[in-house]
Formats: sequence, C-alpha cells, structure tokens
Amino acid sequence: MTRARRLRLRVFRVIVLVLGGAFFLIPIGAMFEFSTRGNGVGAPRTLVAWTTIVTYPDLLGAIRDSLGLAAITSVAMLVLLLPTMIWVRLRLPRLKRIIEFICLLPLTIPAIVLVVGLSPVYRWMAINLVDTIFLLSFAYVILVLPYAYRALDAGLSGIDVKTLSEAARSLGAGWGTVMFRIIAPNMSGALLNACLLSVALVLGEFTFANLLSYLNLQVEIFQLGLANAGTSIAVSVASLLFAFLLLMVLSFAGAARRARRMRRA
Amino acid sequence: MVDSPSVAVGTVSRGRAGIEVRLEDLRRSYVGVSALNGLSLTLAPGELVALLGPSGCGKTTAMRLVAGLEVADSGRVVIGGKDVTNVPASKRDVGMVFQAYSLFPHMTAWQNVAFGLQMRKVSAIQRRQRAGEMLELVGLSGFADRFAHQLSGGQQQRVALARALAIQPKVLLLDEPLSALDAKVRARLRDEIRRVQLDVGITTLFVTHDQEEALAIADRVGVMRAGHLEQLGPPTTIYSRPATPFVAEFVGLSNRLPGVVRRGSVEVRGALLPLVQPDAADGPAVALIRPEAVTIASDGQAATGLLVGTVIATAFLGATSRVTVDLGDVTVLAQLATSEATAYPAGTRVRVALRPDPVLIARDEATVERA
Repeated sequence: MTRARRLRLRVFRVIVLVLGGAFFLIPIGAMFEFSTRGNGVGAPRTLVAWTTIVTYPDLLGAIRDSLGLAAITSVAMLVLLLPTMIWVRLRLPRLKRIIEFICLLPLTIPAIVLVVGLSPVYRWMAINLVDTIFLLSFAYVILVLPYAYRALDAGLSGIDVKTLSEAARSLGAGWGTVMFRIIAPNMSGALLNACLLSVALVLGEFTFANLLSYLNLQVEIFQLGLANAGTSIAVSVASLLFAFLLLMVLSFAGAARRARRMRRA
Repeated sequence: MVDSPSVAVGTVSRGRAGIEVRLEDLRRSYVGVSALNGLSLTLAPGELVALLGPSGCGKTTAMRLVAGLEVADSGRVVIGGKDVTNVPASKRDVGMVFQAYSLFPHMTAWQNVAFGLQMRKVSAIQRRQRAGEMLELVGLSGFADRFAHQLSGGQQQRVALARALAIQPKVLLLDEPLSALDAKVRARLRDEIRRVQLDVGITTLFVTHDQEEALAIADRVGVMRAGHLEQLGPPTTIYSRPATPFVAEFVGLSNRLPGVVRRGSVEVRGALLPLVQPDAADGPAVALIRPEAVTIASDGQAATGLLVGTVIATAFLGATSRVTVDLGDVTVLAQLATSEATAYPAGTRVRVALRPDPVLIARDEATVERA
C-alpha cells in the first residue's frame, strides 16, 4: 500500500468517525443542554431537572419496574429459547426452519396489532391472576425473540454442539448438565449479546406498556414530558447513558473474562 | 503394510480384565435407507476390533449404537452380559473418542479429563489424582493446565483418550480418532493408542476407513460393506486371504487381470494360479493379484509372450517401490524392494512373473466390466 493511499484511508476513517459520532452525540448534547436550561430568558444554568429525577417518586418506581422487566425478560427468554434451540439442533433439525420462522414472526407484526391481540389476555390475567406490571414480560419475551434468536443462533453455530454434547453424555452427563455446563459456557458471548439486546429493547419499550396501561420507564418519561419538559429530557439522557454504560460494562466484562482465561493458561 | 503387532485374539494384559461386548443382529435405517443390515459381532474381553469400510458402510452407525447415541431399530447390544440396548448413553459406561476435536473448550486439559469423574461424584482430591494419572498415561503430564486451543491436534486427541479412559469404562470406542491428523502424528498416535489400550486391557472398537490403520492396530479387523460384515478376521488373514473381491480390493492394492477359471485354478495370461475359492465354476473371470505377488525379470529384451512388457513408471515408497508395467492391453503393478526396482528404469523391457499364491476372482458384471 502506498503512503498516499494509507493517508487517504486514515482521513476517510476519521471523517466517518466524526460524522458518526456527531450523528449520535449532537442530539444527546442538545438534550443535555436543554435539560440544564433555567426557567425564563437569560436564567442561569441549573441542574434542577436532574435533581428532580431522584425526588420524583413515580419516576424511581418506573425505573425500578423497567429494570425488573428487563431482567425477567432476559431470563425468561434464555430459559425458553436456549434449551429449545439446542434441542432442535441436536434432535429435530427438520424443525429448525419452523422455529426460525416463528421467532422472526414478531418482527413482521406491528406492535399495535400484537397489543390488540394480547389485550384480552392481559385483561383476563389482571382480573384472574395478579395485576402487576411484571406481566408485561410475557409480551416482551415475544418482542425480543427475533433479536435473541439471531444472537443465540450465531453462538450455537460457532461451536460443535453435536460432538460436545455427545462427548459429555458419553461421560455420564445428563441433558441439564450438557446445556448449562457444556454448551452455555462456550457461547457466553452470544448469551451476553442476546441479553443485551433484550435489556435495551425492554428499557426503550413504550407502545405495549402505554396501550396496556402500565407505567414503565418510557411511559413515565412521556407523561413527565407533558408536565415537566426539562426533567423528561434529563431522564431520557440518563436512560440513554445508562444503556451505553450497561453495554460497555457487559462487553468489557466478556473481554476481561476471555483475557483472564488466556493469561491463566 | 502388514507389520501389525502380533497379538493373540483376546489378549488381556496387566491391566484389569476386559469385558465381552456383543452386538446381536443390529439393524438401523434412516428414512428408508438402511445403514445396518443385521450386524452381529462379538468382541472378546480386552480385544481391539477395527471396523473398516468405505464411508456409508454403517461402521459409524454400529459404534454409535454401542455408545447409545443412537437407537437401533432392532437387535441388542450386550456389554459384559448385560443387555444395554435401552440404557441411555450417559449410563452406559463407555468411553468414546471422536473424530472431530471434542474437548470442552472452556475447560483445561485436566478439567476435561476430570469431567466424567465429576459426573460420577468422585471427590475432588481423587479427581485430581486420577486425572493426573490419566494425563501421565498419555504422556501429557506437563499440559494439564492448557486449554484445547493451546494444544496440537494430536495432543487434543490424547487428552480425549485420557478423558474417555478416566471413567474406567467397560468399552472404549474410537471413532476415526486419527483422521484429522497429519500422517506422521497419525502413525505415532496410532501406536500410542494401541499401547494404552493394551496397558489398560480394555475391550475396544475402532472405526476407520484407513485400511493401513486398521491392519496395524487391531487384533481383528471387520471389513464392512453396505451395512453388513463382509469379513472378520485377524489382519494377516484379511490381507492375505480376503474372503470376497470387495475385501481384496478395499484392503491393499490389487491388479485386476482377466483370466479363465478351469478346474479349481485360474489361467491368467498363460500362468496357472491356484484359487482361494477352489469350487468356483469354470468360465471367464477377473483375477485379483497383489502387487507383491508380481515379480519382474530383466530378460524380457528378446522374449515375447503374454507376460512381457515395458516399464512405464516407478513410484518410490521408501524401502519398496511400485513399478508399473505395460503389458500391451493392460498394466500391472509390481511391488519390489527399491534396490531391485532401480534396475528397471522406465522404458526397460521386462518379463513379468506371477507368484503362484492363491488368488481371488471377481465375476460380477460390474467388476468384470471395469477390468
């Protein structure tokens, strides 16, 4: 590669990085700027909107509920999807296409249609079982299926599931052990990705919660926005930053684990 | 090629006594295609039997039925007198080494070896000790803390062997364990496997498509074709007394020379050779003759006749060489000591002689056609 070409490539990279960064950072910066404006023209900058977050009682509850929903959804998704996908791969490969189709289906159905279909079920559950926001995780599991399926499928394709499970079984391992102690640890990256996508999706979910009349984080932000624009923007920025942070922590944790494994050997 | 360790059938060495394994009339088909057509085979305690055959002959299916990884349509698997046909793989007490690298990637070598013991609730101290012993047995003591990706292919398969043996299984199953390795490692590991197997004295089923491997390692070799055993016997018998044309051609190279059967022998280009099957009916046939049974003499210069030809190529194989002689209408391969073969460079006129060893004839349409 000639020097001129390498230079051009570097310039190109910097431009892409700057443009991409600007695309993401300018709106967030603007939101931050807006959330720190004082009341009235020429008023000094203030963090009132931000401090309201902690003092606003409904908001903290909504944050807690959304985090809880994210956790429940991730776990339920894994419990449902991982054994199914492993089983299909090992025992019923003919069903792979069907499972894939079913998992991708939620992508093609608009949220509003799903809600219309689900609302009688939710009404029934609210009356006959227990009326809690965590019921939303049923719907959310469906919502995250396409993304989680893709992530897990990539992970499963990366390992020789058949040979590993046969080796483990011939050594005396039952199916549970095969799944949780042999397959899962070898696709931790994919598990992490699937969870990450689920968490991000649930934290940003508005339609389901709003139409089924549950107050999750996004619904609360929306309502807050009607009453107090500054705080609603502050919460939006905070939840974005929180999602970034979570993403970074999780992926760094994965990288650190891999590095430790290399070092230990 | 036939320098197999001369070990008597059913040898039990200083290890604990092996256990008899019986496959009784096993049948298995996949969506209408039958993979096994009633395979019956008994492995004597401590014996190593190699199942040899082309891909799709059912040898791997047979092994997977013994391991319990697949279910037979009919027939029984009896290990040590106990019918295990319906016992799941995890409860069968068989050790298995796979063709593909099968070490658990997230565990170190010793953790891999100890895994089966952990499943059997062996205490941590005993686990560590036993795993250490097993790694020592396969010569990898210094590699206990390595992960699979830090081991070479041969080392990985040795760890897999240690892992399979650590649980003190009743049977050892080896599913083409050497096929992914390069030639030099393959030969060394093959001898290593045999040594360990004799050391432990475990009854072993070895599946391979490599005839050299099968002949070198096994007490008995079973040649399989289309779901059944074509011939079962010690390596020397399989090689020198093949029961069918298929075995003769699959095990070792054969010259296919047209001839005529007459009263218990076959006449090939003027030479009269005894038959392995003396009761064969008279008529045209194809004689299958080993390259070692073909000799070459240099006095072909002036001679004429059916067994005179020209050397067209010589393949150097080390101690021996394989000389191709064009007899006009057919070519024959002769395997000679290299020192002898150098006397016949390409283009030399030579006279070919066929050693009067009993030969096998092929007669089915397809084989005659190909000849």
